[in-house]
Amino acid sequence: MKKVSALLMIVLAFMFFYTASSLPQVGDVNSPASQHVSPRYIEKGKKETGSPNLVTAVLADYRGYDTLGETTVIFVAGIATVMILRGKRKGED
Amino acid sequence: MKKGFGSIVLDASFRVLVPFTLVYGVYVLVHGEYSPGGGFQAGALLAVGIILSRLIQGNEKALFNIKGNVALILAGIGTALYALIGFSTIFLGGKFLEYGRLPFSVHDPAELHALGMLGIEIGVTLCVMMTIVAIFDALTGEEEGI
Repeated sequence: MKKVSALLMIVLAFMFFYTASSLPQVGDVNSPASQHVSPRYIEKGKKETGSPNLVTAVLADYRGYDTLGETTVIFVAGIATVMILRGKRKGED
Repeated sequence: MKKGFGSIVLDASFRVLVPFTLVYGVYVLVHGEYSPGGGFQAGALLAVGIILSRLIQGNEKALFNIKGNVALILAGIGTALYALIGFSTIFLGGKFLEYGRLPFSVHDPAELHALGMLGIEIGVTLCVMMTIVAIFDALTGEEEGI
């Protein structure tokens, strides 16, 4: 079983390396990721959101739902951590 | 000079680090629209200020003695503030976080944008800061349980 999983890992690693070699360069303007919505954010972000900081414009305006989700995730993670820590201490007594 | 906290290291840490960290956190929060920064970073900085003051002064006499339960409630209020601003614009006839629909009487739409962004960043800051403080409180074990 161990040999099978090791072989599977090696095959997967080769697959991933082979795929990664054909990925576009970081920062390539002709890559699909840079041609979809990024030009609009960069060109019209200042006018549409009124924020001179592009990061804030994307974070608080274009991707508002995303930031709401992030905040909720942090809150829920905090609640879970506190509950686990308190429950553990109660069990030790 | 007031009575110190036991040693020169603690004195210097409290009198220099805590005020600087808190002021810098507020600066990162309110200036986040124009410069690098924003709600998450400001929340972490303010939480560091609170945790430092509790580490140095002791949990009971600390300048910012926020208990775990209160911290969790405040974190929930922060998250709710974000959601409230986001969904209130839907009820006022716009889309999610369409700041132009906020019911404040300012003549400039850009000002409304800045107000809305400051509002949601205060919500994010409150949530992050209080979550860190609550985790710290649970780790140090001062809480008696729910």
